[in-house]
Amino acid sequence: MTNHWIDIQHADVIVCIGSNPAENHPVSFKYVEKAMDNGAKLISVDPRYTRTSSKADIYAQLRPGTDIAFMGGLINYLLTNDLIQKEYVVHYTNAAFLVSEDFDFNDGLFSGYDPENFSYNKESWAYQLNDNGMPKRDDTLEHPRSVYQLMKKHYARYTPEKVCEITGTEIQSYMEVARTIASTHKADKVATVMYAMGTTQHTYGTQNVRSYAMLQLLLGNIGMAGGGINALRGESNVQGSTDYAILYHILPGYLKVPTYDNVNLAAYNEKWTPKTNDPQSANWWSNTPKYMTSLLKAYWGEAATEQNDFCYDYLPKRSGNYSYIRLMERLQNGGFEGMVFMGTNPIVGGPDVNAIASGMDKLKWLVAVDLWETESSVFWKRPGVDPKSIDTEVFLLPAASSVEKEGSISNSGRWTQWRYKAVNPPGHAESDAFIVHQWVTHLKKLYQEDGVFPEPIVDLAWNYGDGHEPDIDLVARECNGRFTRDVVIKGKAFKKGEQVPSFAYLQADGSTTSGNWLYCNSYTEEGNMMQRRGKEDPTGMGFYPNWAWCWPVNRRVLYNRASVDLQGRPWNPKKPIISWNSMTRKWEGDVPDGGWVPMNEDETKSPFIMIPEGYGRLFAAGLADGPLPEHYEPMESPVANAMTSQQCNPAVAIPGKINNSGKYPYVGTTYRVSEHWQAGAMTRNLPWLVELVPDMFVEISEELAESKSLKNGDMVTISSERGQIEARVLVTERIKPLRVQGKLVEQVGMPWHFGFNGLATGGTANTLTAAVGCANTTIPEFKAFLCNIEKGGINS
Amino acid sequence: MGISRRNFIKGSCLTAGAVALTGKQSEAGVDSPEMRTKGLQTSTTVCPYCAVGCGMIVHTKNGKIVNIEGDTEHPINQGSLCSKGSALFQVANNERRLDKVQYRAPGSDKWEEKSWDWAMQRMAKLMKETRDRNFVTEEEINGTTYTVNRNDGMAMLGAAALDNEECYLLGKFARAMGVGYLEHQARI
Ligand code: SF4
Repeated sequence: MTNHWIDIQHADVIVCIGSNPAENHPVSFKYVEKAMDNGAKLISVDPRYTRTSSKADIYAQLRPGTDIAFMGGLINYLLTNDLIQKEYVVHYTNAAFLVSEDFDFNDGLFSGYDPENFSYNKESWAYQLNDNGMPKRDDTLEHPRSVYQLMKKHYARYTPEKVCEITGTEIQSYMEVARTIASTHKADKVATVMYAMGTTQHTYGTQNVRSYAMLQLLLGNIGMAGGGINALRGESNVQGSTDYAILYHILPGYLKVPTYDNVNLAAYNEKWTPKTNDPQSANWWSNTPKYMTSLLKAYWGEAATEQNDFCYDYLPKRSGNYSYIRLMERLQNGGFEGMVFMGTNPIVGGPDVNAIASGMDKLKWLVAVDLWETESSVFWKRPGVDPKSIDTEVFLLPAASSVEKEGSISNSGRWTQWRYKAVNPPGHAESDAFIVHQWVTHLKKLYQEDGVFPEPIVDLAWNYGDGHEPDIDLVARECNGRFTRDVVIKGKAFKKGEQVPSFAYLQADGSTTSGNWLYCNSYTEEGNMMQRRGKEDPTGMGFYPNWAWCWPVNRRVLYNRASVDLQGRPWNPKKPIISWNSMTRKWEGDVPDGGWVPMNEDETKSPFIMIPEGYGRLFAAGLADGPLPEHYEPMESPVANAMTSQQCNPAVAIPGKINNSGKYPYVGTTYRVSEHWQAGAMTRNLPWLVELVPDMFVEISEELAESKSLKNGDMVTISSERGQIEARVLVTERIKPLRVQGKLVEQVGMPWHFGFNGLATGGTANTLTAAVGCANTTIPEFKAFLCNIEKGGINS
Repeated sequence: MGISRRNFIKGSCLTAGAVALTGKQSEAGVDSPEMRTKGLQTSTTVCPYCAVGCGMIVHTKNGKIVNIEGDTEHPINQGSLCSKGSALFQVANNERRLDKVQYRAPGSDKWEEKSWDWAMQRMAKLMKETRDRNFVTEEEINGTTYTVNRNDGMAMLGAAALDNEECYLLGKFARAMGVGYLEHQARI
């Protein structure tokens, strides 16, 4: 989230799209309702009429996977009717930038397309540069090559009629949505966007998010109180586990994982440190070398020296895409001997789970660490499989729950809060920290004797006390970082061993360590900031600056320097996030996004500090599938693309096991319920929650039920090209068929929490989903696929 | 275990037992919450389910959790919890929780109980063998040889259920092992 939960109360318009907070983030809805009590309008855009929809002022139904069409039409509405926050757009976004004369868009393809590799050469998407190497601009926004005009032309095609033909939305509600959202283009009005996996789980998920962000930039809503673009994260620490980079492509703090051709640290820094010729751009990532060296020093301590490139060679270098789907493909090809699962259940939560399960049969060994016996840890006795035929050695290690260990977690609003240990884990169960600690200790011992390239393990700095488990306090200190010698930085003297006060003091010369630069400031000489429980709210805006800690440097709203005008005065004086005090010449309010003077003074910096050019990107040349979001159909779709002849995202290769033949006529989609959570182990084993929702079910419309002679509670079989499951049918008017391009399209919706093991069991919805992912992130397209539904169970 | 009414009631009774401490059940929870939890030890925590980050108070007695409720001091949830957060008590007190190290031998149809020591030694041996057998020191790409130092024999999946500090340790371990195939729930 650019903003945070409490901040939602400041919105004038709340757009829930691809999310259902009333169901899935229930306590957050407190702030939606608070805003509504103050007159805010709630818009729910969803294929189903959800609990959120039931509270909404406007409900707009859309077909799964048509967000870009929906948003494209809204962008068109804003640009055609000139309902944008112009001052913001000109000064804080790249709308005025000129784009290369070679950039083009033709029948669904952007310039530079390479059909053989499903990819783009992005050269023609670059800005035109002036003699100083800075992007050329036209502040009147009239130049035909300006981002503004290119965007206007691109989205002129998305007329309300065309959009509704694609999305299936009723045009009256669509226009009402457009008018309501557009009302926030006024400087002192603001809309927030709350989105979740309904947005991201598509072959163009990143472009879905971008289309929302563009809308918000045009309306001047990013950086504002009650504004921003807010991902509602589904797991208590999935924000933290992402910040800490349990991912193939990043290192802690979103540093890039080195690729094979970054042959040494200098080459790495050269490749991944963005450059700008604009003195007004803070270009925060120019600090990459400082953060990278500090990480290497945290990893390999004394062994990491300037002479040996700070042990840069110890890091594995990637030479491909190792994301979840690719990883599972390699598993199915017998590419792995062993796997480690830390509290995760891929044969319920992954795409095309039957394929994942049969891939696991090929493992020599599997380690699963969990609170419960999950489907994945007993894959060797899953229904229909003979355990004798599976040669995998399996270890199931009992783990401590959240109240049986201590440490921090980061919520969706980036608040990092400390949890204390209340009791010991049951029996022999141990914390994940203990388990990792034991592995490291054992492997260090083994590699001290012999082994291939033992240095990264033998030299690994692992000094977390002599206790039974690693001292989490020491780990938290290391994540923040410390000085490795006496130094003077920016006129301040620091002693060896002192905690680094913030990432502004990290260095590239080995004088600092930091396990995650983004968390540098979370544990300072003043103590563990994440443990704070101060209830003060000095501005009355709900920042609670002394409650826990949030990244970066306790800034509660990101890009907050866009919430003020060029003089540093809040666009909305009634709800200021920061404001410039011209007497003291200081910012007041939240921690400003960099302390530079306002935009009308010399030595200022542009507000979008993480982007090399410093401006919010309406046109983004870095993406795999185009600089402007364009509508394509999901990989499996019941209709042809009504916009262009490119049926699917041209930057995604079409995988096997996709069937558009008509054999599977209905649009399938998945979701969650309040009473269950993710792959289910944490809720399907609790009697209270199982009482509330004991069974797998599938939801269909009254019309579809009638045509299939189904009534509530009937057992049905749902099938797709990937497999089939059975479930009880729930016939509901909350699901309505959509009128798409003159044709009625039925939807089949189901929760994805169930599996064959546990207290409550049921068919796994992900048996049906396809292993095909977003062009940029490879997040699977869980939210739109084709399926069929027939009366009777699988064996009937 | 089946959907057990008895367990459901057992859980509720523990909470009710705490209420009864005041002797005035009907008033206790509303008028004098401090009496309701008298004699119990308290600590704070944050909900392990969704990322709203609701605060909770955990009450323990003699090393057992006897009650978990919303933290009224917490600025986000101000005491309220949803159905999942309210059920955390049953994560801490649940006979289905794993409490022993389990091992399944190749071709076997059942778990065997093992000691941590045995399992750790065996896992470390397997991990080392896998790493040593599958370690890619150099790779030739487009005619050039590059140092990649990667262990392609194993994959690690985690870890949204882990604390930040644990994620840090896991990531540090994975990279030292040369694991490139490191992924988690954020990708799905
Ligand atoms: S109590 Fe409910 S809303 Fe609050 S964090 Fe837990 S799951 Fe989310």
